[in-house]
Amino acid sequence: MAQDIWVLGTHMTAFGRYPDQDAVDLAAAAALGALDDGGVTISDMDLLSCGTLFQANAGMGQQVQKQIGQTGIPVYNVSNACATGATALRTVIMAIRAGEADLGLAIGVEQMGKMGLLAGGARKEKNVYEPSGRFGAVMPIDGILGTDTMPGVFAQAGMEYANDNDGVGFEQFAKVAQKNHAHSTLNPLAQYQKEFSLEEVMGSPMQSYPNTLLMCCPTGDGAAACVLVGEERFATLSREQQSRAVKISASVLTTDPYVESGAMQPDVNTLTRNAAQAAYEQAGVGPEDLSLVELHDCFATAELIHYDNLGLCEPGGAGDFIDRGAPWRDGDTPVNVSGGLISKGHPIGATGVANVYEVATHLRGEAGDRQIEGANVGLAHVIGLGSSCGVHILEKSGI
Amino acid sequence: MQIPLVYYLVLGDEPYLQANECTNCGARFFGRRNACAHCGHREFKPVRVSDTGTLRTFSIVYRAAPTIPTPYVSAIVLTDDGTSVRSNLINIEPDPAKISLGMKVKLDTYVVGTDDDGQEAVAFGYAPT
Ligand SMILES: [Zn+2]
Repeated sequence: MAQDIWVLGTHMTAFGRYPDQDAVDLAAAAALGALDDGGVTISDMDLLSCGTLFQANAGMGQQVQKQIGQTGIPVYNVSNACATGATALRTVIMAIRAGEADLGLAIGVEQMGKMGLLAGGARKEKNVYEPSGRFGAVMPIDGILGTDTMPGVFAQAGMEYANDNDGVGFEQFAKVAQKNHAHSTLNPLAQYQKEFSLEEVMGSPMQSYPNTLLMCCPTGDGAAACVLVGEERFATLSREQQSRAVKISASVLTTDPYVESGAMQPDVNTLTRNAAQAAYEQAGVGPEDLSLVELHDCFATAELIHYDNLGLCEPGGAGDFIDRGAPWRDGDTPVNVSGGLISKGHPIGATGVANVYEVATHLRGEAGDRQIEGANVGLAHVIGLGSSCGVHILEKSGI
Repeated sequence: MQIPLVYYLVLGDEPYLQANECTNCGARFFGRRNACAHCGHREFKPVRVSDTGTLRTFSIVYRAAPTIPTPYVSAIVLTDDGTSVRSNLINIEPDPAKISLGMKVKLDTYVVGTDDDGQEAVAFGYAPT
């Protein structure tokens, strides 16, 4: 069995808009915060992994080194859609498990400004139609042969679940967003910290039925970082470092296996189910043991189906799960007590590290007003369309 | 003159969709594959996809790139021979009260644009039956 890995230090910047800073500034702030938090320096690091999506070819990790210390260690710049942050973490975890490092730094960062997430091309009428691309299309097909927009794709994922299961509809999806906006009022790091009534959520401008504006994550800027340590080096650390450290009891990355409909509608379910099952096995825990979950609520429809995919509810029971308040912070399994992507924000490369920051902070008992009392096991989940799914299960130190 | 919006729409008296079917496992793909994503087999044959099916899921899209008319109904249809197809629902109001999951639909085509040579691009969608 490979050695255990621990989160020794972790930090995230508040998510939001930083017009006066660039992604390097944000990443450096998160990195230094995590190093200080763990009581180590950049000189102690054996490797660095840096995740960013929109600046994937910028050598972000090396740029961060120029800001915080050029020690000559290997840098891995990674990019994996919305699973970029989780991939950066796993890169360090794999290096430690492989025996190539004792201590490593994982950073996730994104600066998006106010860019839209309306993927898919504008329809441009050519003067003369000529087939091009893999489908021989004579014009962009987004909006003619269904939608490429993210709110629409995830709306369809939710409506497919509604098709297969009773008691799921617009109102259940809206309740998810109502909860996450309410949770965010306790999180000073969240991009938005405003509560909305269910009527306000349902009445906000429709983006892609059933996702209204308040049911979609915003774009934004931010960074998060974790210092990871293997158990051999962990044993040499101070008692204070050991007691604040958080054990990574599972770390899994999956991609989407073939399903019949997958080329038409990205399947965000099977890879999440596979990742969750593998993670629960690795950690030796079940969904009933989780004190809190941070999952990938890019849209309210996504969060609802992941209640089922992660086994938080009975099979087919995600509608009832939200109806009875189970994922609220005082419910059976608090989900996205940070406010989630919907309200905390979703600077893409940072998200998969920030989720681990959130869970670790609760396990340390340091989450302030939003602390889930007695938290001892938590799960962080991300999905990148394409697709990749990252799941990490964390446990309180016990030392 | 008419030209299909995409290769896999075959025009004629009765337009239909054509998929590449794996000769080993029967998995169907629109667009070319080097090997089957399901079983790895490397031979495919063209097959005609059933033009009737049921509505598997949908979204009514209000926000899209500026040149795309909204709202429109994006859908995934499961054809009667078990093939998933992504397209718009057509000849239906973009109103959730009018659209029911599992409803029967049928392939239909329409002219989606005309180029400077007078050539018409023909798209497909699914309409309620
Ligand atoms: Zn096959």
